[in-house]
Amino acid sequence: MKDLIFNIKSNKKIAKNTYEMVLLGDCTDIKCGQFVNIKIEGFYLRRPISVCCVEGEELTLIYKVVGEGTEVMANMESGTSLLVLTGLGNGYDLNKSGDKPLLIGGGAGVPPMYQLCRELTAQGKTPSVILGFNSYDEVFYENEFKALGANVIVATADGSYGVKGFVTDAFNMVDYTYFYTCGPEPMLKAVYNSSVTSGQFSFEERMGCGFGACMGCSCKTKYGNKRICKDGPVLEKEEIIW
Amino acid sequence: MVSLKTSLCGIELDNPLIPASGTFGFGYEFAEIYDINVLGSFSFKGTTKDPRFGNPTPRIAECKKGLINSVGLQNPGVHKVIENELPKLKKCFFKPVMANVSGFSVDEYVYTVKMLDSEPQIGWFEVNVSCPNVHGGGMSFGTSPEAAAEVVRSVKAVTNKPVIVKLSPNVTDIVAIARACEEAGADGISLINTLLGMKIDLKTKKPVIANKMGGFSGPAIKPVAVRMVYQVYEAVNIPIVGGGGVESAEDVIEMMLAGASAVQVGAANLVDPMACPKIIEDLPRVMEKYGIKNLKDIIGGAH
Repeated sequence: MKDLIFNIKSNKKIAKNTYEMVLLGDCTDIKCGQFVNIKIEGFYLRRPISVCCVEGEELTLIYKVVGEGTEVMANMESGTSLLVLTGLGNGYDLNKSGDKPLLIGGGAGVPPMYQLCRELTAQGKTPSVILGFNSYDEVFYENEFKALGANVIVATADGSYGVKGFVTDAFNMVDYTYFYTCGPEPMLKAVYNSSVTSGQFSFEERMGCGFGACMGCSCKTKYGNKRICKDGPVLEKEEIIW
Repeated sequence: MVSLKTSLCGIELDNPLIPASGTFGFGYEFAEIYDINVLGSFSFKGTTKDPRFGNPTPRIAECKKGLINSVGLQNPGVHKVIENELPKLKKCFFKPVMANVSGFSVDEYVYTVKMLDSEPQIGWFEVNVSCPNVHGGGMSFGTSPEAAAEVVRSVKAVTNKPVIVKLSPNVTDIVAIARACEEAGADGISLINTLLGMKIDLKTKKPVIANKMGGFSGPAIKPVAVRMVYQVYEAVNIPIVGGGGVESAEDVIEMMLAGASAVQVGAANLVDPMACPKIIEDLPRVMEKYGIKNLKDIIGGAH
């Protein structure tokens, strides 16, 4: 964990209520599947945002405007400095992926799949990617995933683009050895029930500190109590109680 | 040269800074990012007789200038604390630590203190009387002078270490409760715990916190804390640990002027893990600005 100053390189809208922010700073502490916690002037608690891409000194975050804090973030201009706590959470374990990992991202859960896809393809794996959105106007990063060489399927709940339905409706279109997923809890539950292999789930919860001190985001697992921010956000399928 | 030294119930502190219980775990998360031996001490995570998962989530709600928490005393129970947490604490902190204990009956307080009493690193007990008394109709021990005094008397009977009582501000007369604790043998008073609060989400039109209410802390509560420390200082002769919304060296000085011998920092640790070392580093500059040579000399200076 490091508390560092990053500068905004760019901040732009890429889909409905969805923004991509590129930050410049010391990324040495940042791992795939982790999150950062951003101080926003005028707000007491920081905003935890998952890591979408990290390359050299560039950290890319994709966030949805869901409240007043992210609204302020959406209006930030290039050159603005931000205080960012980096290196938070456990991140994904890539060693378990097998040759044909499946990456399933839903809405604001899509971004962490991108860095994961980059690292898996760099290892010579051929990931399949299922991206779920409510509607066509929310779809983002389909081409970015394709550019990595992944087999990409997009599902929209209203059928306005790609497969009509939920991410699980596309499960029969892919062959996989292991999976990684991030998204809203109902989606994670559906993936839990429909998946045929083991896998890793990335969770979201309201956090106080983001680094394990306050016990604000605890959950029960088969292996005891865990803090989503410190012992998670990634939990293995076998330990989740649903 | 200025001096940050102070003392609390006969134990010398290098400086008055004590991270508050529930915002600092058992210290080792913070030891990853700074040497926590720069602190005066810290109060470890509220410990109970039995393990507790705590309350359902969401447990955290952000507010203006603060946050509401409803963690519900999640902790592994005193036996696991002794077995797993204290050995890890010992590896990164070499000063006396404050043991924060809670209970839902007088017997539970006594049990937990008895178990921890033989741990050499524990310098003080900080007895949290804000929990509901399950044998007293669920009313918090800290809202009745008699119930608070009974906890103090019972705990004092099983330890020779200083017993500091952490008081709840959610009472009509904090002075009466502080006096009752002093008469029952308390060695110090710690205040304030969080203020009962609520936050309603305009989208869902329901309280954010799963348990609806929670404890509000952060800079917004500081004037309430300063006032209560001031009032209690006038009423008792035992030392006071002041806390509530402290996030700067100026706040530390204000709390000491009100009557605090040592100062707790709570919510600030959660938004800036470096909050305490930053305050300690800044204290000499602010002391010089206000013509203060020894922090010890200003305790209760506002009276």
